[in-house]
This record gives sequence, structure tokens and C-alpha cells, in this order.
Amino acid sequence: MTALSVPGLSAATRSSRRRSRPSRRVVLNVVVIAIMALWLLPTFGLLVNSVRPAQAVASSGWWTGLFPPYNFTLENYQQVLSRGGMSQAFVNSLLITIPSTIIPIAVAAFAAYAFSWMKFPGRDILFVAIIGLLVIPLQTTFVPLLNLLGPKGIHLLGAGPGAFVAVWLAHTGYGLPFAIYLLRNYMGGLPREVFESASIDGAGHATAFFRLAIPMSVPAIAALVIFQFLFVWNDLLVALMFIGAANAPNLPLTMAVASLATSLGGDWQLLMAAAFISMALPLIVFFALQRYFVRGITGGAVKG
Amino acid sequence: MDPRLITAIIVLVGVPATVIGYVFLVEQVLRLVPGKRQAAVRPWLWLLPALLFLFVFLVYPTINTIVLSFENKFQKEFVGLDNYVYFFTNPNTLISLRNNIIWLVLLTFLTVGGGLIIAILVDRVRYESIAKSVVFVPLAISFVGAAIIWKFMYDYQPPGHPQTGLLNAGVAALGFPPITWIQDAPLNTIALIIVAAWTWTGFCMVILSAALKGISAELLEAARVDGATEIQVFRAITFPLLLPTVAVVSTTMIITALKAFDIVYVMTSGNYDTNVIANQMYKELFTNSQPGRASAIAVILLLLIIPIMAINIRRFRQQEAIR
Repeated sequence: MTALSVPGLSAATRSSRRRSRPSRRVVLNVVVIAIMALWLLPTFGLLVNSVRPAQAVASSGWWTGLFPPYNFTLENYQQVLSRGGMSQAFVNSLLITIPSTIIPIAVAAFAAYAFSWMKFPGRDILFVAIIGLLVIPLQTTFVPLLNLLGPKGIHLLGAGPGAFVAVWLAHTGYGLPFAIYLLRNYMGGLPREVFESASIDGAGHATAFFRLAIPMSVPAIAALVIFQFLFVWNDLLVALMFIGAANAPNLPLTMAVASLATSLGGDWQLLMAAAFISMALPLIVFFALQRYFVRGITGGAVKG
Repeated sequence: MDPRLITAIIVLVGVPATVIGYVFLVEQVLRLVPGKRQAAVRPWLWLLPALLFLFVFLVYPTINTIVLSFENKFQKEFVGLDNYVYFFTNPNTLISLRNNIIWLVLLTFLTVGGGLIIAILVDRVRYESIAKSVVFVPLAISFVGAAIIWKFMYDYQPPGHPQTGLLNAGVAALGFPPITWIQDAPLNTIALIIVAAWTWTGFCMVILSAALKGISAELLEAARVDGATEIQVFRAITFPLLLPTVAVVSTTMIITALKAFDIVYVMTSGNYDTNVIANQMYKELFTNSQPGRASAIAVILLLLIIPIMAINIRRFRQQEAIR
């Protein structure tokens, strides 16, 4: 039993202990697999239905499609991409999401650098005030911003590409408190000696920022990029406000799918294909960069 | 040229160039400032873009919304507390308030409780990372996507027809008449909350799991060697040590529940007694053209969230003190 006194007892020892009770392990595995099935089934059902013909979807459940005679088709995807305006919505979503991810993270990086490595009066109070903004519900900002950006103000909203600019700026404002909070905590934890010796060698703040702070903060920045990308790509509310349901050529994917879902036409098989198209990119991003994403949210919520 | 193409070029070239150029511009401007002042001016120039965005898109609108909530629909006349009185006397808005309370309690309970149980269970199997990914994936899907996915789970066909929704197929297989999950209150609000819980449980699980891994294995093993059962170990050691993390996740989920919008908007548009505050605000603003009432709802939402904000800020300061 001397192994037990070793610090950081390994997971292997833990599980070997439990392997000694086989009946318990069976129950445990059954429960965990049932949970996994519960989480996978809804999405799997949608995927199966999206490749079934329209009349089959309307007359029988998706699970019947898993048994012979098989009748799969890509017709729904072809239809939705050609006439549903989905490919345009896909481009719109990219046009909205890319700047709405780059701008807030860059602006937050400047601020986080200043908070971490510059001294000025009121620094800590200002930082706490910015964290306080973290929980202002977006709803609180809508009426004044519609006045400011809409026809009563600078007339940025409407059918033109100006509405995209409005959405970029709004997402920047909304995303900043969390981005500053996460980046300042990460940058503030970088070794002080590195910045001091750079300063002695004559490097200015611009050099220290681009050559030291940014490359060393890549994990935090990656986490933020994924977070903000998913948030904006999946956003419905801000797009509804600033782009408006009436401006069909400017709709991002979430709005296009939502309007398919709430319209009375009931082209359900199209809706399923559309929903899957809207999920494709976030799922790819998620699986490719999952590690950073998990690190980002655990760092953001637990360590602070 | 196609305006979309121009937009695309701005997106891919202009935005990053402007953003990076700003820092160099600042350093050029600072050369004009006398040497001693530079150190005093520099931080504010670095902070300037952030402060501008925060002021224009968060601080100013919040203050303005508070003012507007005391004005009429034309945003001109002062009407005192009328908009608030309307909110607390109109049966429709009261339903949305009631539903948000149900959301708050049930969503927090389901996601934090479910996340905790799953975190503990998967900690004991060898395929832990796969199991966690499966539960976590819905977080990458939009609420709109989740709503569509579950629309098909809750699908209803009249009795006698083959059921196309998985849940009603199960109900029919047990010999009961199919249930209209989305139309029957109060069942439908619970049905909508389950969609949100399906999405957010993974979030709670990942954070609680990270905290669980932080608990010293020696401590747990020592208790087991002393003869403690698994349940005693959980009650006396694991749970108390997880409590701060549970509190953190709970505040996040409470805020999520208060802001719930997308799922309700897509699945029911707030009909069949499923309305929530955020959707009611959208309706007041766009369907009823009542910016005053919409502002009052936003202020109420803000007031509900402020106590949670106070807790979060205090927690942050405590952590800073430890550091």
C-alpha cells in the first residue's frame, strides 16, 4: 500500500480499485452509454431525416429509415442550396462572423496589455468596472442602439451592407468585457522578467506587444477565437435586431433557418437540411479546436 | 462591382490592417508627446478603442434604456412608472415572468445537477474523453439548430397515424394517446427547458469535471481506506470541495435562463403560454412598437441580474486577493 502515499495518485490506480467489483462496473457502463445515446439520438435523428425523401419524412419516423428497403437521397440539400437562399446566408454568416471575431479580440488584446503591463491611476477600479459590464443583458442596449444606428440616427441599418458593419460593431462591444477579462488574466500571468529584459534591451511597447505578449498568449487567444466565433455564428437575437427579418439578402444562417421554421409553408425536409448546413462549420471548428475551447471555458469560469 | 464582394474585401484585408495599424499609429503619435508625459498618456491610448466600444455599445445604451423606460411609445413624454405598472399588471407579461422563474429553477437544476452526475460517472470509465465530447457537442450547435432538432423529437401526429416524433412513438408503443408536447401548458415550457438543458449540461459538466480532477486523490483514498462508503466520500469530501464551482456554474446558468430567447422564438414564438421576458421584449419592440415598455422589460431583466453580478464581482476580488 505504499503506492497510496505517492502524491498525485494516478487515475490508473483509482480505476483498478473499482475493477474489482464487476457488477458495479457493468451498471456504470450501461448508465454512461445510455447518457451518451440520449445526447446523440436527437441530432442523429435529424441527420437521418435530412437524407430521406419528403413524403417518407412526413409519413414515418426517422428510425424506419434505418431498416431496409433503404431510400436515401441528397435531394433536400440540393433544393435548399439552390432555391432556399441558404448559400447566400452561409456567405452572410461568414461576412458577419469573421470581423465580429477579429475586432473584439484585437481591441481586447490592446486593453489587456495596458492593464497587465502599464501603470496608471485607477487601473484596478477601471478593470473591475469592465468586468461589471459582463452581465449587462444585451436586451438592455437594443432600443437606444436601434435609435442610434437606425433611420433616426446615422442610418447604418437597412438593406445595404451597412447593417453588417452595425452588427460587427455591436458584437465587438458585447464581446469585449469577457475578452478583456480572459486576456488580462492570461497576460498578467506571463513572466515579468521577459518584459523587463525586453524593455532593458530597448524594445518599445509595440514590439513587446507583437513579439512577446501576443505569441505567448496564443492559448488564451485561441480559446477566445473559438468562443466568439461560435457565439456570433450561432447568434439569432443580435442579427434579428440589427439586420431585421425583412432584409432577406442580408440574413445569416440562423435567421434563414428560423424563418424557415416559423413560416407556415412546412417544408420540413428542407428545414432539416438547412439546420444541418448551419451546424456544419461550428461542428468542424469545435472538433478541430476542442481542446482550446474547453481550456478557455474552464479557465474563464473556474480559475477566473 | 457587387457590394457583397466589396464587403468581403473589407472583411479580409481592411479589418485586420486597421486593427494592427492602430498600435503603430499610437506609438507614432506618442513620439510627439514630451518624454515624461508619454508613460502617462500611453495606457489611455491603448485602452481608447475598448473604452469607446464599451461606452457606445454598453454604458450609454443602458443609461438611455433606463430613461426611455419612463417615457411613452413616442419616446417623448414622461409617463412615470406606467410601463412598469403595465408589466406587472398585464396577464401576458406576467406569464412571461412566471415562465422565466420556471426556466431559472428548472434549467439550473437540470444542467448543474445533470452536469455533476455525468462528471462523476464519466470520471470512472476509460472512454471518458469520448463520453464528455458527446455531451459537450450540442454547445457548438446554435439554439436555433437545437430547436429544430427537438421540434422533430416532439413531433405530433393525430392518433391512428404513425407517429413521426421519437417521444410520441414511445408513448404510442406503450399504448397511450400521443401528447402535444409543444402546445399543452405547462408541459410545453418544460419541453422547451429540456432543449436548453440538452445544450447546456455539457458546459456545466466540463467545468465541474475540471474541478473534480483538482480534488486530491490521496484525500479520497484515505477516506476509503478508513472505511467510508462512496456516498459518504461524496457527501463529506467531494461535494463540499466542489461547492464553489457549483456556485459559479449556477450563476452562469441563472443568467442564461433569464436571457432565454432563441428556443422560445423558434419553437413557439411565445404562444401557448410559453412566453419569456426576452421574447416579450422583442414583441413589444417590433410587433407592438412600444419602445417604452420594451425598455422597462430590459430594466427589469437588468435588475434581476444585478444581484448575480454582485456575487460574481465579489468572487473575482477574493481571487485577486489570494493571488
